[in-house]
Amino acid sequence: MIKEINFKLNGKETILEIHPLKRLLDVLREDCGLTGVKEGCGEGECGACSVLIDGILANACLYPMGKIQGKEVVTIEGLVGTDRYAILKESFEQAGAVQCGFCSPGMIMAAESLLRRNPHPLEQQIREAISGNLCRCTGYNMILDAVQMAAKRGDGIW
Amino acid sequence: MVAAYRPKNLKDALEAIIYTEYIVLAGGTDLMVKKKQGAGLLPAFDKPVLFIADLEELKQINEKEGYLTIGAACSFSSLIDNPLIPALYKQVFLQIASPAVRNIATIGGNICNSSPAGDSLPLLYALDASIIIENSCRRIEIPIADFITGPGRNMLTSSELVTAIKLPVLHFDYVVYKKVSARKSTALSKVSFVAMAKLKDSRLEDVRIAFGSVAPTIVRSRDVEEAIIYNSSNGSLDKTEIISYYTTLIKPIDDQRSTAFYRRQVCKRLLVDFLGNWLC
Repeated sequence: MIKEINFKLNGKETILEIHPLKRLLDVLREDCGLTGVKEGCGEGECGACSVLIDGILANACLYPMGKIQGKEVVTIEGLVGTDRYAILKESFEQAGAVQCGFCSPGMIMAAESLLRRNPHPLEQQIREAISGNLCRCTGYNMILDAVQMAAKRGDGIW
Repeated sequence: MVAAYRPKNLKDALEAIIYTEYIVLAGGTDLMVKKKQGAGLLPAFDKPVLFIADLEELKQINEKEGYLTIGAACSFSSLIDNPLIPALYKQVFLQIASPAVRNIATIGGNICNSSPAGDSLPLLYALDASIIIENSCRRIEIPIADFITGPGRNMLTSSELVTAIKLPVLHFDYVVYKKVSARKSTALSKVSFVAMAKLKDSRLEDVRIAFGSVAPTIVRSRDVEEAIIYNSSNGSLDKTEIISYYTTLIKPIDDQRSTAFYRRQVCKRLLVDFLGNWLC
């Protein structure tokens, strides 16, 4: 069964003829070519497929397309070009928070989601905010440093 | 076959389920994992899916005469952010999964999933929550302990929806909530434990104790709680006896997350700690 689904993707009105049970993750990667959204576990445990849905952090692997009707989806590609992304990218690079890079898009989405709600987070709040994102390279401390650095440098823009 | 349906409102949803047997999907954080086939493949739902996450009627939170009525499709994050929800309840919801999952997962879904490890369930049992069930012509209210009948089983039929959860707003002086799991975030519990005590003029007025993940459903006994209250008021509380009562009530199993032995030990120690430190 194919249905027409209307939603906003990275700022653009989008209409897709798609199966309503297809995962948002697969639609983003396969139908929209947005491969910054990664599939790690496919079970909502690793956070590599994190996106913002109506501004709220969510795992794209847990979202069937039927639930996306009328919503706004922002992926890491949608952040590129914003001042906030520039600061996050620079901070992640300088803190050594990117090694293999697989978790980075999800980590940046989680950081963006945190900073929108709380532009001056405490260390514990950063830990909590990225607690749904697995990283097997950095040991998390450098990611923590990166988010702290971004909060300081981006003071006033979130 | 219709693969999925997005009802316009609650009435539409309740009418749709009269004629077609649907799998009701709210947050989908359990269902999408259970039905997952792999990257690029459609999840294998064997019945059509009814999307209820966006039904406004199921997203309301109200307080009236000391009772909260929480719409079944409220996400755990929306409960955590809502000023009507007591801090004690939020403390439990904050330990569920991860921020992104809490943003999607609903309280109604956690109840209908009826897992022995459902993270919100020990609290809901301890508070005597009731479940509001509707079909197209009636609305009934059932205590949660009656609603959940076994692991993954409950009394909901295919022509009914859980529309809300009714919870009393209660104050307790001592609250212990412990979720024992392999890691802090995104983990299923090996054991979960909620214990709450209320004092009046330094005498025990009420106590609630519930265990999760150690039996086919949540373990709670009002009889034992009343015995604790009664015996503590006349100074004859026999803690060893209380512990042995609970030991017979919990029936843990060995599974991939833990062992029955470990679970028994942890339950016992949590109980000893609560009875010793908070109820002396």
